[in-house]
Amino acid sequence: MDKFSVFSSRLVDKSENFTSGHRACQGCAEALAVRHVMKALGRDTIVAMATGCMEIISSPLPLTSWKVPWIHNAFENPSAVISRCESGMKAMMRKGKIPQKKINFVAMGGDGATADIGMGPLSGALERGHDMVYVCYDNEAYMNTGVQRSSSTPWGASTMTTPGASWKRTQKKNIVEIMAAHRIPYTATANIAFPEDLERKLRKARSIRSGLRFIHLFASCPTGWGFAPADAIKISRMAVLSRAFPLYEVEEGERYTINSGGDAPVYDYLRMQNRFRRLSDGDIAMIQEHVNREWERLNRKARG
Amino acid sequence: MATQRKGIEVSIAMADAVAQANVDVIAAYPITPQTHIVEHLSEIVANGELDAEYVPVESEHSAMSVCCGSSAVGARTFTSTSSQGLALMAEIFYIAASMRLPMVMALANRSLSGPLSIWNDHTDTMMVRDAGWIHIFVENGQECYDNVFCGFRISEDPDIMLPLAINLDGFILTHMIEPVIYEDNETIRKYLPDVRMKNALHPDNPVSMGCFAMPEIYTEAQMSREHGVRNSYPTIVKAWQEWGDLTGRYYKPVETYRADDADYCIVTMGSYGETAMEVVDALREEGEKVGVVKIRLWRPFPFDDFRKAVLGKKSLIVIDRAISFGGPGGPVATELRSALYGKPGAPTIVNYVAGLAGRDVSRNDFKNIILEGKAKAEKGETDGFTLYGLRG
Repeated sequence: MDKFSVFSSRLVDKSENFTSGHRACQGCAEALAVRHVMKALGRDTIVAMATGCMEIISSPLPLTSWKVPWIHNAFENPSAVISRCESGMKAMMRKGKIPQKKINFVAMGGDGATADIGMGPLSGALERGHDMVYVCYDNEAYMNTGVQRSSSTPWGASTMTTPGASWKRTQKKNIVEIMAAHRIPYTATANIAFPEDLERKLRKARSIRSGLRFIHLFASCPTGWGFAPADAIKISRMAVLSRAFPLYEVEEGERYTINSGGDAPVYDYLRMQNRFRRLSDGDIAMIQEHVNREWERLNRKARG
Repeated sequence: MATQRKGIEVSIAMADAVAQANVDVIAAYPITPQTHIVEHLSEIVANGELDAEYVPVESEHSAMSVCCGSSAVGARTFTSTSSQGLALMAEIFYIAASMRLPMVMALANRSLSGPLSIWNDHTDTMMVRDAGWIHIFVENGQECYDNVFCGFRISEDPDIMLPLAINLDGFILTHMIEPVIYEDNETIRKYLPDVRMKNALHPDNPVSMGCFAMPEIYTEAQMSREHGVRNSYPTIVKAWQEWGDLTGRYYKPVETYRADDADYCIVTMGSYGETAMEVVDALREEGEKVGVVKIRLWRPFPFDDFRKAVLGKKSLIVIDRAISFGGPGGPVATELRSALYGKPGAPTIVNYVAGLAGRDVSRNDFKNIILEGKAKAEKGETDGFTLYGLRG
């Protein structure tokens, strides 16, 4: 058994705040990501979650997978809900109605809940400057309703509403840049294939006690993207190594730090997934050009 | 007991009441005609007279979301809206009730677009009639002020745990300067102590709120809401009774004026009750046996009180402030017909829709409506509704 023991898994917190027995698909990278996020955030956390896969799999009345206080209200508003959990607690602690306690206020939503329908409430919470963490789980489409395109779906991907050869012909919305433009203290991308990096970023987000901290978490989806459940981590890793989803941090909207490298061809990443199977080699060459351009742009920012 | 009588704008009196209620969180978004309430609250908080979090949200949808968040952690929560704002928050308005989150809303009633209009009627509140909130209609500034305290008391009662809307007519009440008796803070604290919600979100006692329901449990969840709203009735009556014992101002789910020996009664909700009473006084002097029935508690609907007040009358002339297009009449008349259907001694109902989007309904108009309605009732013309004052 010692042969199979790896170093990094020993670094992970053993406590579980998001428990097993939920209803996620086999190979769901997002559920795994939630588990690690909750390890990093710890027990003194209140979570507000958007409607979506993670809500549906974890809270069929009267069951729950959550060991922390958890609230689901609607699709577009976890940022608004948690912002007032924060304010309500703050007011009650100040007035002596409840004892003082350090609590992490965390909103979670998918890419649809974050980059599409919930953009207004999220931007409002950012502007008001609440002490909270927002985690966006990005599986690049509306998976809970059966794989429809979102603004976070990348160019070239087929979904149920960009079907077959009519694959999506607009680029993925860059939510991180939108967040950074709000000049919030901390924005970072993370990926479940790099759990140490992911947990470090969550802990860092937790430790900053003012303003909204935003984590953009890449989560591969076997059901929506068309790959074998066993490949969920491999594909997530390839997204980073091919620079399609680079790992980086932005502090105060201006200090960029890149945390990932790799120069795998994006071809290798795309060809692992059914959603890109209609693309010609020429199409993929265009994606490679786009990825290169974005990588160069990111590096320019990181150089300052 | 030190009370103070002030000549004051009703919106400001209401904001002062919210401050006296020692709320923790106020969600505010500007919309006419409720704006003065949240404007004044922002001043109160800025002046340090009230220790609360004042949240200037980016939309009403977020205002209601914010209220859900703060109520879920057990904070005393207030918000205020009107018309389009209510329409935008409607999604979360329903969810707040389903999650049994106590809060009080001042709903300054205003017409819904389109055409766009900022003026008063009841089309906004009728849209959310079935959301599972407690709905109270008030008639004047004093009732607005008083019902803020009664509202929190009812909403936060551990047996109830439901959001509550105080419906006040936009402009007619919100912008009116009236004498309002203020109670001292000691009386308020006695009536409305700080409460700690039992299952609030807190890491020391983790709970999951807002779980989704499969078909095998959704029906039961709805039944539990139905029980919750229906069974809130005795607590509401008790809360009003205790307020009356403290202040001398008593409220009832259905109130009547000169109705005991009346053959015909005009039925109103909200600020119209005041004018109706004056007109009834005048008509009584002319020998007409008329009275007024005012519905204060809209949800839960006070069936027994209503039936007791009207069974045996010849006819009711019901004034609605909203239309159900292509439907049987105004929403109030429709409900009252349903409440009386098949009951021995049930009066017939003549339905008028009047005062849409602030169209003035004067004393003279009330008189016309009562006399015309009576004539219609005598001729048996009791179907559908009449749009009063329609031009052309």
